[in-house]
Amino acid sequence: MSDWTLWGIIVGGMVVTYGTRLSFIVLVPPERMPNLLRRGLRYVPSAILAALILPELVRPGGTLDLSLHNGRLVAGAIAALAAWRFRNTWITIVAGMLALWLLSVG
Amino acid sequence: MPPASQLTSRRAFLEGVRDQLPILVGVAPFGLIFGTLALSAGIPPLAAQGFSLFIFAGSAQFVAAGLVAEAAPAWVVVLTILVVNLRHMLYSATMAPHFQRLSLRWRAALSWLLTDEAFAVASVRFRRGESEQGHWYTLGTGLTLWAAWQVSTALGILVGANLPSGLALDFALPLTFLALLTPTLTDRPSWAAALGAAALSVALADLPYRLGLLFAAGGGVAIALAVEAMPPLSPQGKETCDV
Repeated sequence: MSDWTLWGIIVGGMVVTYGTRLSFIVLVPPERMPNLLRRGLRYVPSAILAALILPELVRPGGTLDLSLHNGRLVAGAIAALAAWRFRNTWITIVAGMLALWLLSVG
Repeated sequence: MPPASQLTSRRAFLEGVRDQLPILVGVAPFGLIFGTLALSAGIPPLAAQGFSLFIFAGSAQFVAAGLVAEAAPAWVVVLTILVVNLRHMLYSATMAPHFQRLSLRWRAALSWLLTDEAFAVASVRFRRGESEQGHWYTLGTGLTLWAAWQVSTALGILVGANLPSGLALDFALPLTFLALLTPTLTDRPSWAAALGAAALSVALADLPYRLGLLFAAGGGVAIALAVEAMPPLSPQGKETCDV
């Protein structure tokens, strides 16, 4: 791929990405938003974060694996318990990574 | 500006920086991996950094680098970046009411910094009703993340090829999202949103361009609204419903 094409992709990617971010903050005033959508927005963080997490845990490498041999699932469950118990980002990440490393060694 | 309010804006900014720091544990390895991966996809170092500088969207950059490696047409790559980033419209809509009274310059700057991680951190604060100096707080979270993304991409480009692959550093990102998810689960509808979206995201994971993510988030929100409309199951159910 030529340098020109690559930089074209970068500029194009920048324009479309910035467009999605500007969409409601700058381009469409929030008053014009339907009421139902506005109420629904409150639940966006919970929904999107959960949707980002679970496939990474139950589909390592792209295939569904719900067994206890799936280190990412077990480590994720341990990290979830840690997150729930301590409500602390550092502890959650350290617990999950340690669990995954120990499981892959053992 | 009077000195008192200057202090508050500065403190809000620093609190934003502080609250974003733990998230960097998950983001920095991700940037490192991107730098490494971009080079192995045949992207020259300067353009690899250009992806992070100008697009500044983790998962879209990974998908784009993969398509570049497969020599996909440029318009397909740009369209894919758009689709992968459509979820930012949800973030934009969520933050818009809080940024409504800011100047255009502020709104343009905060939009530029609106990523998964900055959104998650800032929206938790706004949800708690702490909106005072919220724009400074959001700027603090966003700039911290932006700087970390640039530095970690550069490190990935420079030394990434020498990292051992057994570290499974990519796992740090879902763990970060897990830590961010927990404080949002404050009532029954938000639990329903998370459980519904999680189940849908696995069911739809084979859809191309990460479209499943978008449908799963939309489905989760719809489920939450349905649960919200239901009467509480028991008297205790009531106390978990905040406003």
